Amino acid sequence: MDAKRYELNIQLAQMLKGGVIMDVTNVEQARIAEEAGAVAVMALERVPADIRKQGGVARMSDPAMIAKIKKAVSIPVMAKARIGHFVEAQLLEALRIDYIDESEVLTPADEECHIDKTKFSIPFVCGARNLGEALRRIAEGAAMIRTKGEAGTGNVVEAVRHMRTMNREIRQLIQMPVEEVTGFAKTNGLPYELALRVKKLGRLPVVNFAAGGIATPADAALMMQLGCDGVFVGSGIFKSTDPKLRAAAIVKATAYFDDPKKVLKASMGLGEAMPGLEISQIPADQILAGRGW
Amino acid sequence: MVATRKKNNPDIIGVLDLQGGVYEHLDHLQRLGIAGRKVKRGVEFNNLAGLIIPGGESSCISRLLNIFEIKEPLLNAYGRGMKIWGTCAGAILLATKVVGETPCLGLIDIEISRNSFGSQLDSFKSEARIPQVAEQPIPLTFIRAPKIVNVGKDVKVLLKVDDYIAAAESENILVTVFHPELTGSLEFHRYFAVKCGLNPTVNIKSCSDRQWNYCSWTRLARSA
Repeated sequence: MDAKRYELNIQLAQMLKGGVIMDVTNVEQARIAEEAGAVAVMALERVPADIRKQGGVARMSDPAMIAKIKKAVSIPVMAKARIGHFVEAQLLEALRIDYIDESEVLTPADEECHIDKTKFSIPFVCGARNLGEALRRIAEGAAMIRTKGEAGTGNVVEAVRHMRTMNREIRQLIQMPVEEVTGFAKTNGLPYELALRVKKLGRLPVVNFAAGGIATPADAALMMQLGCDGVFVGSGIFKSTDPKLRAAAIVKATAYFDDPKKVLKASMGLGEAMPGLEISQIPADQILAGRGW
Repeated sequence: MVATRKKNNPDIIGVLDLQGGVYEHLDHLQRLGIAGRKVKRGVEFNNLAGLIIPGGESSCISRLLNIFEIKEPLLNAYGRGMKIWGTCAGAILLATKVVGETPCLGLIDIEISRNSFGSQLDSFKSEARIPQVAEQPIPLTFIRAPKIVNVGKDVKVLLKVDDYIAAAESENILVTVFHPELTGSLEFHRYFAVKCGLNPTVNIKSCSDRQWNYCSWTRLARSA
C-alpha cells in the first residue's frame, strides 16, 4: 500500500464518521440497513450472538453471499477475515469489497501475528482494547480502529472500558514531558513514532468507532459522547424484535448523540432489545476480546 | 485573517453536521479565515451566507434530513439567498435526478449516478486545471465517487473528465463529486466563499496550504 492509497483508505473511514455500520447476513437485511440509514454494512454468515451460541471455528463468510450483498446495496460493504489469516484477506480484496475487518469475532488463524496490512491496497479496520493495541494495528497498516467490546453479548460494558482506557492513556501521553514517552511507550507496547504523533494530535490519527455490545440508541449515544467517531452494531439490530425500527433509531441517536431529547424520542417503542449476557457469566475461553494482542 | 463581508450579508458558512466529513471542511474554512459552524438544528440555518453539505453516505444524510424536519428550514434559508455547496454525497443530495433513486433536495439541474467508479479499490487521486477556480492545477480526491452524467441548460460545467462531469455550478449551487477538503488545496473553499459574497483575505495566488496534512481534521474533532 503506497502512501497515497493509505491516505485514501483513512479518508474513506473519515467519510463514515457520525454513522452506523450494521452487521447483515443476507440481502434482505442489507437493504433494511441501507434503508434505515446505515453508512456501511458488515456482511457475515452469522452475527456474533449466533457464533457465540453455536461455537466451533468461525471463518470468513461464503464469498458468494458477500458478493450478493455487495450487489444489493450502494453503501460500502465490509467483511471479516480471521486474525492473521492473510489469505482470507487476499480473497476479500480480490472480491473488491470496500473494507476488511480483521476480527476477533472469528476464530484466530494465527496467535502470534496479525495480518501485514501494508501489503494490501484494500483498507482494514481492527479492534483495540487500549492505546497500545490501536497503535500496533495502525503500525501494521490498519486505516481505522474500533473498540473490541464483547461481541454478541448486547452488553456495552467492555466497549466502554476500552474507550475509557484509550482516552485515559491519550490524556496521559498529552500531559507527559517528551522524555517520558519512551518509557511509557515501552511499558504499554506503543510504537514510539506513533506515540509521539498521538501526543501531538491529542487523539488517534485515524477514525475510531465503537464496536461490541451496542444494543440500544442510548448505547450508541453513550459511545459517541465518550468520543467515538461512529458506531458498529453487530447482533444488536437483527437479534431484536423490530430490526427496522431499531436500526433507524440507532442511526438517529448516533447523529444526535449530544441531544438527549432526540435520543429519548428515538428510544421509544422499539420493542425488545437483543437478549443480554453478563460478561462474568461467560467462560474465560469464550471471551472474544482476548483474541489478538 | 478575518473575512470581510459585504454589507447586510451574514458572514458565516455552515457545514451540515448529520454525518460525514464535517471537520475537514471546517478546517479548510478556518485556514481561509472564514467563520464556519456546524449546523444540525432547524434554527441554525438562519443567517448563513452559505452551507456546505459534506461527503458521507447520501442515503444516511437524506434520511436524517427528512426525519428531523430540517429539510424545510434548509430550503427556506436557500430561498432567502443562502448558497449551497455539495461535495460527493452532498452533490447527490442537491441533484434533481439521481440514477435509480428518488432525489432529495433537487436544487441543481443535474443527473448524477451514485458510487459510479466501483469499490474503494477504485478510489483515486488526480489533479486538474479548472480555470474558473484557480490558475494552478488543483489536487482531486475521488472516494467511491458519483459521476454527474448530465446537466441542464442553466448549469455551468466546471470540470469534465472523460465521460463524466466532476464539478458544476448554477447561480446558487456548487457541486463537486471529489473532495477538496481532503487535500491541502483551499481553492474551492475560496471559490465558494466568494460565491457566498464573502471576501477571504488569504493570498489568492497561493491557495494551497503546506501546513495541511491528512491528519489535520483531528485538530477540530473531539478528543480524549
